[in-house]
Amino acid sequence: MAKFYASTRADNALVGAGSRAGARGQGYWRDLDWILLISGLALTVLGSILVWSASRADLASANDPQSYLKRHLINVVAAIILGYLASRLNYRWLRAYTPIIYGASFFLLLLPFVPGIGVTVAGARAWIDLPGGLTIQPSEFMKVAVILMMAALLSERKDIETEPSGRDFLMALAAAAVPIAVILVQNDTGTVLILGTVAISVIAVAGVRSRWLVALIGGSILSILLAIQLGLLKEYQVARLTSFISPDQDTGASAYNANQARIAIGGGGWFGTGLFEGPQTQGKFVPVNESDFIFTVSGEELGFLGSVLLILLLAVLLWRAAMIAWKADDKYGRLVATGVLAWLAFQTFENIGMTLGIMPITGIPLPFVSAGGTSMMAVWIAIGLLQTVRLHEVRAEI
Amino acid sequence: MSERSNLRLIILGILIFSLFMTLISRLFYLQVMEGDEYRAAAENNSVREVVEPAVRGLILDQAGRPLVSNRTSIVVTIDRQKLNQQGEKGDLVIKRLAKILGTTPESVSERLLPCGTEGAPKPPICWNGSTYQAVPVASDVDPQTALTIMEKRSEFAGVTAKLTAVREYSGPFDVNAAHILGYLGPVTEDQITEQGQSDAYDRLRRTDSIGRSGLENFYDTQLRGKPSVTTLEVDTSGQVTGTVDQKPAVSGDYLVSTLDAKLQSVVEKQLVAAIQRAQGQGYPGDSGAAVVVDVRNGQVLAMASYPTYDPGIWVGGVSQKQYKSLVKSDSLSSNATQGLFAPGSTYKVVSTAAAGKEGYSLYSDYQCPKQVKLGTQIFRNYESSAYGRISLGRALEVSCNTVFYGLADRMWEAAGGNDAKRDSADPIADAASMFGFGTPTGIDLPGESAGRVSGRTFKVQNWEAKRDTWCANAITGYPETRKTDPKLADYYTALDKENCADGFRWREGDALNAAIGQGDTTVTPLQMAMAYAAIANGGTVYEPKLVKAIMGADGSVIERVAPTVKSELDLPKSTIKFLQNSLPGVTSDGSGKSPFIGFPLNQIPVASKTGSAQVTGDKVSTSWFASYAPANKPRYAIVMMVTQGGTGSKTSGPSVRKIYEALFGIDGTTVNPNKSVLIGGAPSKELPVIRPDGTPVTPKGKMSGVVTAAGSG
Repeated sequence: MAKFYASTRADNALVGAGSRAGARGQGYWRDLDWILLISGLALTVLGSILVWSASRADLASANDPQSYLKRHLINVVAAIILGYLASRLNYRWLRAYTPIIYGASFFLLLLPFVPGIGVTVAGARAWIDLPGGLTIQPSEFMKVAVILMMAALLSERKDIETEPSGRDFLMALAAAAVPIAVILVQNDTGTVLILGTVAISVIAVAGVRSRWLVALIGGSILSILLAIQLGLLKEYQVARLTSFISPDQDTGASAYNANQARIAIGGGGWFGTGLFEGPQTQGKFVPVNESDFIFTVSGEELGFLGSVLLILLLAVLLWRAAMIAWKADDKYGRLVATGVLAWLAFQTFENIGMTLGIMPITGIPLPFVSAGGTSMMAVWIAIGLLQTVRLHEVRAEI
Repeated sequence: MSERSNLRLIILGILIFSLFMTLISRLFYLQVMEGDEYRAAAENNSVREVVEPAVRGLILDQAGRPLVSNRTSIVVTIDRQKLNQQGEKGDLVIKRLAKILGTTPESVSERLLPCGTEGAPKPPICWNGSTYQAVPVASDVDPQTALTIMEKRSEFAGVTAKLTAVREYSGPFDVNAAHILGYLGPVTEDQITEQGQSDAYDRLRRTDSIGRSGLENFYDTQLRGKPSVTTLEVDTSGQVTGTVDQKPAVSGDYLVSTLDAKLQSVVEKQLVAAIQRAQGQGYPGDSGAAVVVDVRNGQVLAMASYPTYDPGIWVGGVSQKQYKSLVKSDSLSSNATQGLFAPGSTYKVVSTAAAGKEGYSLYSDYQCPKQVKLGTQIFRNYESSAYGRISLGRALEVSCNTVFYGLADRMWEAAGGNDAKRDSADPIADAASMFGFGTPTGIDLPGESAGRVSGRTFKVQNWEAKRDTWCANAITGYPETRKTDPKLADYYTALDKENCADGFRWREGDALNAAIGQGDTTVTPLQMAMAYAAIANGGTVYEPKLVKAIMGADGSVIERVAPTVKSELDLPKSTIKFLQNSLPGVTSDGSGKSPFIGFPLNQIPVASKTGSAQVTGDKVSTSWFASYAPANKPRYAIVMMVTQGGTGSKTSGPSVRKIYEALFGIDGTTVNPNKSVLIGGAPSKELPVIRPDGTPVTPKGKMSGVVTAAGSG
């Protein structure tokens, strides 16, 4: 089936050629996973409202309290356009150019180390400065690149039933491990955890031998324990990771965040305080509640019902991702979809979990909801990739 | 796809599904099951204020000399909560502290007791401030002691020594003015309650000091300024999370007083001199007051009260011993504005005004016998002098009581005598009210006394208040007294029977006493000064003022206090003219003559009236000297009085003369305005200049009142 696609569309460039645009366009819109698209859009709209509520309190005395929202909306538009372009990508082309995408992303990932370009935010040197006051977080793009690279490496064998060779497995592992090491040096613990779980998920679904998989999971856990034991992790990193266990005893900054977040969410009750009415949110008690702690705004102002709606929207989106992975007609598509699924799922769990006090506090955004341009673009590109896989499988079924 | 891949994808899906279920259950637990707890926690998230009091405004005299300023002092404070945490060790801390402060442990610990608790001393020794506020126990501690306290933290747990801004009351020329300036004390719980719920950043806080008496109290709001307040966000664990708001301090306003420091110093010294004069004559001379006002606007140029105290005594708290001696000496209240005294003959101007208003001839002759009889009672002249038939003016000069008895008797008869109704005419009481007696003058000081005008209205009010007691006593007949002294009991019972029956009646004897300022009439020396000022200025009773302007610390003029008219004397012009023409005679040829012998009355004629008011009991009379000058172009009114001081002319008169000499620059018989204690010979028309750094420009040279290091001889 893959061969069918390859043989008919072998020469197609990035986007379909003009002459076939009409016919393909019609098919494209018809074959899109609309539930996926709509849940993504709904989350983005809901997120923008929450960002508005959180940022207007901070900017209450500024000239334009809506300025942050406006910037966010520009990011959203850019992200959706990128997502559309990603969904239009030629499957084969994408695979062929994966090493270049990976290489470019890795290059970007190293830029934060360059003095004058790199920016340290909340202890993590994971941002780069662009002219015009923009900052981007290259590790977000790296997530996409790692998924594409691992998927490509682990689906080298054309035969879908064959398990990946040891060489493929190690190559894929390296494709994930090298950027993980770089991100670890940048102190971006949250992204390391996400990338780790994504890598394990992709390798698992690729069908590697169970022995390898067990070794990989065991090794990961062991290395985390070792890192803590040997003091390789800095004290604040350990504090961040452990403060959620007993936040009442710790008075450090991360425990403060955890406490305030839980107070905000707990105060929301069934129906919430109403938009713009949350005392914790509007009183600026919860830090970075327009990005990493955005869920506290939902928890406080929209209450249990609103927040469950938000979680369900994410669940629907992940359900669609899982179905795309399930139905994928080739291994590459399955692994790309699996990677995206694991990424969005674990990032969602980690982000909401930390605001609920059941996960350690790390600086990662809530997909589609948090402010932050790079993240928004990355998740919409992910949606685009899911659509690409979906379009591929739909056409393969013909 | 391989089975393995499918299976693992399913496992991944189940894993993700369970993670999401975990999120939703946790969310349900937090929001729905434990929601109330977190809502309460959200309410505890609060703001905390860091308050730095503003620099309190200075009080300047009319020439710009500081009467009250600020200085820094090392103040030792005790945090009672920390001390209590020490348990028994706390007593050791107090013992150690008392030792290095050179005092007794008791005098330290008594300061720590909150007012109203068992065994606590009375205010202001007991602690009147907040529980959470450190209690000051000593001020002006030497740096060595302070260092010892701060270095041996473990031995002095809960004790702090730090530089604090305190008030400096040592004005120029050794001015005391304690009763005018007042003092500061911690805010009381009542004042906090009175203020009600307020979140204004310049509201009263428990840590504030506020004016407790005098100008410090009356103008507290202006002097206090606004504190600098930094509002910090604080979470439930007390962690500071950000700055919400920052308000800069606004320095307190400056008061430009109407007082002149140099004149005030002269008046204070002359009051003491009068007291000593009384005591030199063998009289107790236990208290006194002196007031100098500008008759044209009511500004008080000097005002003194004896006994007085050192206003600096309050800085850093007063000890039990100090306070006891303050109370014992009766020096806390101002005799000038709060003391009530029988006015005696100085009141005759009121009777004269009443007679003039009622149409009695002011230029006829009246009989001045040595005494008049009323039933069994005899009303005498001073030293039983008789002057025969004299004019009313002469009667004022020689202070002939019997002439005024006669006038009062005629007015009493005209109003109906014994058959008069409760609301029948009472010209002398009416005139007294017109002069401002019986009501507060309205001076800008707290706690002023109103005084009392004896008259028909007073009698009725007094009877209504005391009738029940009188009538009860008339029935019981003083059984307790009867046991030991049946005769006295009989006398009391008869008196109360009479009072019970018609104690409201304005009797002839009452009317006669009232006419010469005896009986139930009481006045404050300030009221007397304002009354004589009204005669001097042609009939305007001003509200006395101690502050002529309020200025900003930057030198801007915030408010000029305009003269306020309390009332106009509703008298025929001729009556006021008569008083103005008669009173100079008292000084030149009457009861006020002796102290002014040798005084250049031809250049500065002085209008005056003496008084030697009888006091119930066998006490020596109150010495009064009320005056104004120059009589032909009135400018200043001076009133001085000394209780149990003897006659007005012998005791108070000489001091009043000295004050006039200082005011007009009189040396022997030469008058030289340049030698006046007032710069330029008169109160300044201009307001003082305040430099941008907040320091006032004071007069140069020895008029500055500031003794420089070089010495100003």
